[in-house]
Amino acid sequence: MDNEARPFFAPVPKARGWRLFLKTVVARAYPRVIGQQRERSWIFFDVFLSILAVSAYVFVYRAIGAPEEYVGFVVVGGAMTAFWLNILWSMSSQLYWEKESGNLALYIMAPNSMMAILLGMALGGIIATGLRAGAILVVGSLIFHVRYVVGSLPALVAVFILTLAALYGLGMMSASLFLLWGREAWHLANLAQEPIYLLSGFYFPVRNLGFWVAVGASIIPLTVGLDAMRQLLFPSGAALGFLSVPVEVGVLAALCVLFLAAARWLLGHMERIAVREGRLLESRR
Amino acid sequence: MSLSVYPSAHFRERWAAAWRSFRVATWLGWQIESNWTDPFLFAVYSMLKPLASAAILVVMYAVITNSQFENPVFPYIYLGNAFYIYVGAVMTGVSWAVIDDREHYRTLKYIYVAPIRIPAYWLGRGVARFLTGSFAVLITLAAGVLFLHVPLHPARVDWPLFLLSLTLGVVMLALMGLVLASVSLMIAHHFFLIGEAVAGALYLLSGAIFPLEVLPPWLRPLGFVMPITYWLELIRRALLGDIAGGFPTLSGFTNGQLLGILAGLSILFELMAAVTFRLCDHRAREKGLIDQTTNY
Repeated sequence: MDNEARPFFAPVPKARGWRLFLKTVVARAYPRVIGQQRERSWIFFDVFLSILAVSAYVFVYRAIGAPEEYVGFVVVGGAMTAFWLNILWSMSSQLYWEKESGNLALYIMAPNSMMAILLGMALGGIIATGLRAGAILVVGSLIFHVRYVVGSLPALVAVFILTLAALYGLGMMSASLFLLWGREAWHLANLAQEPIYLLSGFYFPVRNLGFWVAVGASIIPLTVGLDAMRQLLFPSGAALGFLSVPVEVGVLAALCVLFLAAARWLLGHMERIAVREGRLLESRR
Repeated sequence: MSLSVYPSAHFRERWAAAWRSFRVATWLGWQIESNWTDPFLFAVYSMLKPLASAAILVVMYAVITNSQFENPVFPYIYLGNAFYIYVGAVMTGVSWAVIDDREHYRTLKYIYVAPIRIPAYWLGRGVARFLTGSFAVLITLAAGVLFLHVPLHPARVDWPLFLLSLTLGVVMLALMGLVLASVSLMIAHHFFLIGEAVAGALYLLSGAIFPLEVLPPWLRPLGFVMPITYWLELIRRALLGDIAGGFPTLSGFTNGQLLGILAGLSILFELMAAVTFRLCDHRAREKGLIDQTTNY
């Protein structure tokens, strides 16, 4: 056996530096992906509930005689809700849940980077949620016979990746804000659902909210990301788009840098405040 | 505890216990719902969500119809969506109490050993959500009347029909919530989705935001089985009068027939709630599920 071959006091090889960072990322991403495989009913309910919401909005459009492309807008928006819900409940409020379940103190005590933990949460969330969003997109498209005309696949992939990077950067940033909250975290995450569906134009082209409202809503990466994806997926998307795709790609890239840098700074800052005010171990039920 | 040999006294004791459980649970539910923040933020929270939900539909409608808010379809959609707030609030409010007490506060076992009536306690826990839901409905209606010309005129509202329909509907929703609460006794924490799933399915099938004729033919019969379909139709008729009667879905039914269907379905749900509670409660005790913590 290995233990017999190794001298009793021999040091255990430990990862340090970037290897420790990567191992932490993988370790935190692992339960996100595997947990989903072990609880398949979650996948079913997440897809089923989203399809219900998508169907309701599709039938509203059909009741008022909307062009068929709006059905496609709803299906794509419905698929992207999976990512927003993941950001709210499994990124932003995750450190609050970890505090409630007693894991947060262990994360902070362990000799690893909290940024690596947040990054692992994000990567695991992207993989797990990507499967759900894909299922919503496929099922919704099949049920409602959505036709896509992809102008440029590389551009579409680039927009999608940039959107997710900026979105999960926002999630990492807000996770540190949630660190300071107690019971209100649940309510505030709950509050950020419908208003964001409205402002980001999940079920209609965002330009219909007016230019300045759409500019303000662009702080949420899904607003411009979704708009750009619709422009690249539907023939009339460009005519109904808010800004041109290159401009929206630029906005997404800027948001990526901004949110990731802000996440790094805020995490350290909020952790210091939380330590000072003794909020890391509190459990205000 | 005094035990009486007289059936009427026994009934009075059970009724008194049920009333006490309901009253205390109502107070407790309100504290849980509202005391997480200051009243201002709570008011903003209670207003923003329903207004945003309504605004999504308003924008969708305005984009396609060039803001023809005077078309009868618009108040049909708007009122259906506004009153549907009660479905999620009451049904989920009652059923969520099981998961909240068992998994979050971990007090369900103490509640079970206390001298209270469990179904009455759950119904009481749902009252807070009913109150916040009523606030949301009022705000949504007010926004519709003030900014979108939803044709609601107090003088033209059929108040007796409205109040009777609303009461019957809320009772029916509470009983549906009780069925879900009983089922929740048997399932793990992650099935907090059960209330949302049922509410989502009913949103689609009950014609809350579009006439049932828009659904594929094979789905329509499900819509006619849902009690909420009849409830929303009654509410629309009471508030809008002739405008609501212009939609073909239930135009063959008189108000009296719709009320009869709603009352019948409410009685059916009362029986279902009683049977489901007895079955699930027994099974949960047998399998030791009352104090399970699934930690999801």
